[in-house]
Amino acid sequence: MLETVGQGVLGGFTGLLASLASPQNGGATVGPWWVILIPLLPIVAVLMCTVCAIARVRSKLPAFLTVVCLGAAFGLSLLMYLQLSGGEHVTVAYRWIDFAWGEGPGQRFTADFGFYVDSLTCLWMLFVTGLATLIALYASEYMSHDLGLGYCRFFAAFNLFVFSMACLVMGSNLIMLYLGWEGVGLCSYLLIGYFYKKPSAVAAAKKAFIMNRIGDLGLALGVMLTFVHFGTVDYAELFASEKLQGYTAALKAGHIDQIPLVAQLIPVLLMIGAFGKSAQLPLYVWLPDAMEGPTPVSALIHAATMVTAGVYLIARTYPLFLCSQYALPIVAWVGVGTALLSATIAMAQFDIKRIMAYSTVSQLGFMFAGLAFLSSAGAAFHVFTHAFFKATLFLCCGAVMHGFAGQLDLRKLSGVAYMKGWGIVGIAMLIGCLNLAGFPFSAGFFSKDMILAEAFVTPGPGYTFLGWVLLLTAGLTAYYTFRVFFRVFIGPKYYEPGDELHAHDDHGHDHAGDHAHSRTSHDTHEPGSGHEFHPHPPGIAINLVLAILAGLSVVAAGAYFIGDHGGWVARLVHESSADTVHVHDANTAAFLAGRGGHASEHAAHGTFLGQDPHKIMYYVSAAIGFVGIAVAFVLHYLGRTTAATSRADKLLPTLGPIATLAQRKWLVDEFYDFLIRKPLWVLSHIFHLIDRLLVDGLVNALGFLPRMCGQSVRRTQSGVLHDYAVWMAGGVAAIAVFIWIITL
Amino acid sequence: MIATILGQTAFPEAMGSLTLGHYLFVSGVMFALGVIGFLTRRNLIIMFLCTEMMFQAAGIALIAFSRFYLHHTGQSFVIFVLTVAAAEAAMALALVVLLFRRRENLNAEEWAELSG
Repeated sequence: MLETVGQGVLGGFTGLLASLASPQNGGATVGPWWVILIPLLPIVAVLMCTVCAIARVRSKLPAFLTVVCLGAAFGLSLLMYLQLSGGEHVTVAYRWIDFAWGEGPGQRFTADFGFYVDSLTCLWMLFVTGLATLIALYASEYMSHDLGLGYCRFFAAFNLFVFSMACLVMGSNLIMLYLGWEGVGLCSYLLIGYFYKKPSAVAAAKKAFIMNRIGDLGLALGVMLTFVHFGTVDYAELFASEKLQGYTAALKAGHIDQIPLVAQLIPVLLMIGAFGKSAQLPLYVWLPDAMEGPTPVSALIHAATMVTAGVYLIARTYPLFLCSQYALPIVAWVGVGTALLSATIAMAQFDIKRIMAYSTVSQLGFMFAGLAFLSSAGAAFHVFTHAFFKATLFLCCGAVMHGFAGQLDLRKLSGVAYMKGWGIVGIAMLIGCLNLAGFPFSAGFFSKDMILAEAFVTPGPGYTFLGWVLLLTAGLTAYYTFRVFFRVFIGPKYYEPGDELHAHDDHGHDHAGDHAHSRTSHDTHEPGSGHEFHPHPPGIAINLVLAILAGLSVVAAGAYFIGDHGGWVARLVHESSADTVHVHDANTAAFLAGRGGHASEHAAHGTFLGQDPHKIMYYVSAAIGFVGIAVAFVLHYLGRTTAATSRADKLLPTLGPIATLAQRKWLVDEFYDFLIRKPLWVLSHIFHLIDRLLVDGLVNALGFLPRMCGQSVRRTQSGVLHDYAVWMAGGVAAIAVFIWIITL
Repeated sequence: MIATILGQTAFPEAMGSLTLGHYLFVSGVMFALGVIGFLTRRNLIIMFLCTEMMFQAAGIALIAFSRFYLHHTGQSFVIFVLTVAAAEAAMALALVVLLFRRRENLNAEEWAELSG
């Protein structure tokens, strides 16, 4: 009831704003006013959660307010998509920034608080709001041990995240994008550090924030340089600007070297921002640590939506990226490098949530590679499918963590799917794993194929090699994914509870009531696995969300078959600014022209083992996926009798230090520590010394001088009356003598 | 001008008549005795009396000049000085009594707390 009233009032308010706003964006048509409601509804939810916090609400009210508001935002996003008939439209709420320092071109800076809607926006908003609604529903149960202030805080930050993400995705200019970009960074920080009494969570939150800051610097510089070079930060004006049109024409004519270096540098800077937010080399280290946050947050922010902001940024400004001969090759190499590195780390981890986190980093690498291989459709499709299946996987891990008191070690859990009440979790996990492993006819299979095939089609510096690396990574992905599944979800039934029961006691929550309904799983209790602990299987909200998400992960594959040439997502991408088709061949020609002699080796269309990559890749990647799954089956399922050991343990000694190094994450954190933190520590101590010796010394010397002067004359002040009298008499005598002398 | 006065009057020629020089001589001697007493004695009351003596020496000199130049300013000035000196004497003696009560002693060297 409250929401409907709120919506009515705010609807009228924004309607007024929209009618006041002036439609003056170059070329683009004016969109419907209610588009503004999509970011506004989450903000309303933030306010309501704040009111709940002030009113000390100790029920699940904030969660239901959130679900209703986000559900309404999803409905509006759907409406926005259905109403969109090609092209784009802009809805301006009000003119946000406007100042001029001259009359000439490029001497006036304007930014609207407006929303640019095209098919790419719709695609992103659909899965952002849809997943946010589902995950809020999941979190309503998952966070139930923290009812009260913490619950309100969680959902307030959650809604603020959706608002920021909506600004990021829907903003009509780069300033709006930057606003959203910083907003999601802030919410990510707040939610990672949700358990603020836990030092590791606080450290992880700081790490995420600082790492993102490095990337954000690149983004900010990129936005500034965009304004300096193009004179605008507005998407519609930017894409319609004569300069950019000229560059695109030069690109099509194969004269990429005619594009000025400044224009080629802009995407390089934007790319650094994308690397930070989307956890690519060298800035990826924050994402695995971000798993300290509550699992719904990991699923929504650190797997499905926020981390794809980098992909969105590149897709949104794709015309700029196409005009640079440096940016996309760097993106390709970094993306593939990240994919391989994090896949190898994921293979050696034992914490299932960390495995999923490294898997996210790896899959983001695939998406970046897809963008670089001129397959923005493939990248966007992978973002889309990954959002569903990775959210499923994370929420399954979360259900396990919730049920087993924080246990995430795959050596201490086994056969979970066979336990009573865990069937839906097991099936959802299986569907998620099949998708991630690229099992034939799963959604992940098709989206990964689009990227893999393009690697062999698109010519570029070492792209064929990168394609082989990506294939290898796909195999590793299948292995580590099913390693988790075979270890944790099937096999002999066994569990050890985690240590979170005590942690909850520290928080002052009464957990006994929470576990009262979990007596049904008593029969699975094994000796030596804790005294009074009973795992509680997920309740209706978690099971419902898992079922819906698993279903969506399956259904997402169908999107590939809607329409031709890449399916529904590809059509959406090709109708937006992220389109590549019309420059595809020309860009190919440009790359080939740049690389001289190689032009004859590669035909207009690359080949893979003498075949057309688009056709043969289905079979190749399916085979590689099968090999990965089979290896995991043999090593981690066949003949395994306990949770802690498997056949893979026998292989470890033959691998030597490689396995240990991978388990220790290739010592990247230690390397950064050595490369950046230690020198900074030394440097700061040197500065401290300089401050103490030089600066303080100078100041102290200045203070010392008057003290010394005083010291030298203080002896004359004896305090004895006669001394003063002698001085006085002497003075009078001296004056008398002086007068006598001058009057002689 | 002072040099002229001192030159004329340091040793008066006519022994029968009192000149300005005599008065100034007495005044100077009194002042010198006061200074010497102030510097050499340790008893606070004696030192105070010495300062009174220096006061009166200055007063004598002023009155002598006043008579010499037939100008009343010096005399009226001395009236004020005497008044102030009387008030100051009352104050100072009271302070001396207080100091004595505190230490049962009038030695000026007892009080050296203001030493730097």
